[in-house]
Amino acid sequence: MGGPRITIVGASLAGLRTAEALMAELPGARVTLVGDEPHLPYNRPPLSKDGIEALAQGETPETEVFDKLVLRSKLAPGQVEMRLGTAATGIEGGDVRLADGTLIRSDWIVAATGIRPRRLALSGAMDRRHVLRSFDDARALAAGLRPGARLVVIGAGFIGCEIAATARKLGLHVTLIEPAPQPMLRALGARVAAAMAAFHRRHGVTVLTGRSLERIEADRVILDDGQAIEADLIVEALGSLPNTEWLAGSGADLGDGVLLDARLIAEGTENLLAVGDIARFANPLFDAVPRRVEHWCVPGQTAKRAAETIAARTRGEDPAPDFAPMPSFWSDQYGLRLQAFGAPTLAETQTVVEGDLSRIGAAPVIVEYARAGQLVGVIGLGANPATLARHRARLVAALAPSSPALSSNVTA
Amino acid sequence: MKVHVDMSICLLHGQCVIAAPEIFSFDDAGGLVWVAEIDEVQAGDAEAASDACPEQAIVLG
Repeated sequence: MGGPRITIVGASLAGLRTAEALMAELPGARVTLVGDEPHLPYNRPPLSKDGIEALAQGETPETEVFDKLVLRSKLAPGQVEMRLGTAATGIEGGDVRLADGTLIRSDWIVAATGIRPRRLALSGAMDRRHVLRSFDDARALAAGLRPGARLVVIGAGFIGCEIAATARKLGLHVTLIEPAPQPMLRALGARVAAAMAAFHRRHGVTVLTGRSLERIEADRVILDDGQAIEADLIVEALGSLPNTEWLAGSGADLGDGVLLDARLIAEGTENLLAVGDIARFANPLFDAVPRRVEHWCVPGQTAKRAAETIAARTRGEDPAPDFAPMPSFWSDQYGLRLQAFGAPTLAETQTVVEGDLSRIGAAPVIVEYARAGQLVGVIGLGANPATLARHRARLVAALAPSSPALSSNVTA
Repeated sequence: MKVHVDMSICLLHGQCVIAAPEIFSFDDAGGLVWVAEIDEVQAGDAEAASDACPEQAIVLG
């Protein structure tokens, strides 16, 4: 008798790591990895930095730029069946239907379809408007990143800010437009976000916060205050939407991604799991609120967990009850490394424990984030990794489930 | 098993130090140091570190 038939939909980092973890845990599993992109699984974070820089400079052949992004895999050739270049369109009777009509019989389905960029609800200048999620997006954007060109970035989250920084390095004029009062505000909190806004301005970016777009004309954009900004190139970096439409009818809660229990099984289903950017689950390190987290580490952490669940259930067991991965994320802008641990976004207060926020980029800064007096996150800006590692250890200790400070602060 | 880090690729994210603290660590100057030769018991940790590296800079052999 063969092992369980497991269909993983989405062949990026989360899908690939899930396939690898499954083959390690369940060598007899019959795994199919489905992906809508024609490319082999590749790494996305460099796309907004070195990736578009190399593509824009054009000195390195495109294939070589891509080869550097391809994720090294522990899978032996043929160990899982790869169905690249084909999207899944739905679930029918517990099996996965592909766009080419194929039905893939499945005992388990792992959704790893990730996210897509949210687009502006405005028409105009479509040939100059870009988003950045895929290698093909990066290729299209890079073609317009010429020195002296005028770039307008709509949305100052991490991707928007990284693109702005890369474009400055390439010699473009850059305007960054953000409806919130500061760039990266939700992730970094007001004080650090304000310091990052000043850091971008010092690097020559026109940062316009509290502003949104009124309309887009042939060669300029008009803001809600009437201001007109010339634009050869527009990047929409407005956040993302989960690719979960194909799961309609699965019984899962698709309110924002896929609502999962601690085993990463979708609530309301028996054999559907989700991993990566679309996985919405509660992290007991912080509280009982399910959240979707778009960090690079999440795919690896959830892939391992999903494989443990399927392997345990295949053996007729239950996986270990708790899933409490420590969040970690980073960004690189103008050569400055921003490195975060925990969940700064949940904090109410920020305390600079080393350095000076007005000197970001010139000297190391470390900021601690607290909620109700409880340490929930730490961010280093240009910090010595050894120093930051000690702060991370402090955070791990503070968030340990045995910590009395935490249990008294847990709220649903 | 041999452990090698391609320092021309490494960007000091420190994910390996988190995944396998007995193999990878930072010295006081913030440089990455690692145990170049590990036994089979540590192989799983080394592989976890390699998977966690966003730059794919860790080579195991």
